[in-house]
Amino acid sequence: MPFISNTPQQQEQMLAEIGLTMDELFDDVPRELMAEAFDLPRGLSEQETRNRLMELAEKNATHLTCFLGGGFYDHFIPAAVHSIVSRSEFYTAYTPYQPELSQGVLQATYEYQSMICRLTEMEVANASLYDGGTALYEAMMMALRITDRNKVIVDDSVNPIYRVMIHSYTQNLKIELEQTHCEDGLTNRDQILRIIDDKTAAVIVQNPNFFGCIDEFSDIAEAAHDKGSLLIVSSYPVSLGILKTPAAMGADIVTGEGQSLGIPMSFGGPYLGFMASAKQYVRKMPGRIAGETLDISGQKAYVLTLQTREQHIRRDKATSNICSNEALCALTALVYLSLLGTEGLRETAQLCADKAKYAYKRLTAIPGVEPHFRGKWFFNEFVLDLPYEAADVIAKLIEKRFAAGFPLGRYYDGMENSILISVTEKRTKQEIGMLAEALESVL
Amino acid sequence: MVIEGLLYTKDHEWARIDADVATIGITDYAQQMLGELVFVELPDMGKECAGHDELAVVESTKAANDIYSPVAGKVIEVNGELESQPELINKDCYNAGWICKLQITDTKSVESLMDSKRYEEYIGGY
Repeated sequence: MPFISNTPQQQEQMLAEIGLTMDELFDDVPRELMAEAFDLPRGLSEQETRNRLMELAEKNATHLTCFLGGGFYDHFIPAAVHSIVSRSEFYTAYTPYQPELSQGVLQATYEYQSMICRLTEMEVANASLYDGGTALYEAMMMALRITDRNKVIVDDSVNPIYRVMIHSYTQNLKIELEQTHCEDGLTNRDQILRIIDDKTAAVIVQNPNFFGCIDEFSDIAEAAHDKGSLLIVSSYPVSLGILKTPAAMGADIVTGEGQSLGIPMSFGGPYLGFMASAKQYVRKMPGRIAGETLDISGQKAYVLTLQTREQHIRRDKATSNICSNEALCALTALVYLSLLGTEGLRETAQLCADKAKYAYKRLTAIPGVEPHFRGKWFFNEFVLDLPYEAADVIAKLIEKRFAAGFPLGRYYDGMENSILISVTEKRTKQEIGMLAEALESVL
Repeated sequence: MVIEGLLYTKDHEWARIDADVATIGITDYAQQMLGELVFVELPDMGKECAGHDELAVVESTKAANDIYSPVAGKVIEVNGELESQPELINKDCYNAGWICKLQITDTKSVESLMDSKRYEEYIGGY
């Protein structure tokens, strides 16, 4: 173990002191997990390392025109976002446990929460979670705590990546996870209404769903509330610029991926989970919450509120394991939303929807390309059926400098020929035209 | 302040036994240690618990603590006043600040509790 700065002599001395050999010391680690040998190559100089890393970086396809979505979107990010967020006062701020030293970051967090509340029209929001998937998992756990039940219904039109995450988190817990199957592009309400019962803690749905279709959940909310269950809605924040809000549909907890709010797409993040709920559930909500109060001289001040639910006080009974959360990503979302303003966000959302509609028309005009869900409303994404496997078509289009979309066969049986195409405000009419020509040429 | 006639636990709950009903609260010592209470999570009506099961949660500005059931029983009444006035526990923990009433299901569980004299010795040892 050369990375530990004690010498072999010191190691022997320490082992002799406790009367063990090195093998005995690590006896509790299962054999199959022990490395046979590390077999590392020789060390490189700084120059060599730089060259090697440049070589690896060049393998990234950074020049593609992006029609890839599926929960993470290529929106325009004003340069001011990065400039403001990079200020060292924000960039290096740590957990604001001492409010008297942290008014700036606490106020920013408070404003972020307020914006999430305005976007979703929910009453309270937390200071953020890791990403859209973990936020959805945390919402599910929150519903289990609120209802003291253990059954959860999730429709398979919810982002499959989120569903995999929920499955990973819950596979060893006593949670009965029932999945309903989306058939016509919309959440399978018939199936949900059939299986919801008084053991159901929550129904989890998404809008727009993974296929891009726009749904309305008031009926599901009503059915859930009749049984004492909660409705959890995963949402796409940019779409809330024009779509009906989850609160208006009767949602109890709303989560989502905040990447589309000024955070660049990157493999694995860091991303931003947001969460909002009805006020009555605030004490069951995970994560931090910044609150506004008055200091002893009666001036406005900000603090972390309801801290006693958190792990540094409540230990194993804390409402979640959130510690160092995505404060900087939340700040980014705040700055992005502040720069766009209400009107800017509405325009962005409208542009996404309009351009997607144009792309849909242009692409479905190609012989052999058919819409998968006919006659459904969509926001900025839609599913097309191709004459052969979507993964192969996508590979060919990468050669032509397009990230054309997401191959749905990866998560949905029988959808091997289906591609999910996403269009943001960044895509031009010309780019859409070029994608159509490229697609036609490979079919 | 410790009241004679009540029974006590090592976790600083008190129980007033009246036939087969136990009224539960936290002791003066506990409320002093917690400081100003800001929230009480009451148990659900009908909840059944064994002796030393989690029953309620009290939160002060500095801490959140579980309240354990001193006896085995079923929750038959809760002090709803605490939802809007958790400070009743600070003001009058043995009367107005009661938390809930349990229908005792196992009288044996009562036997392990301390009387006021033993509890006084117990907290004196802190």
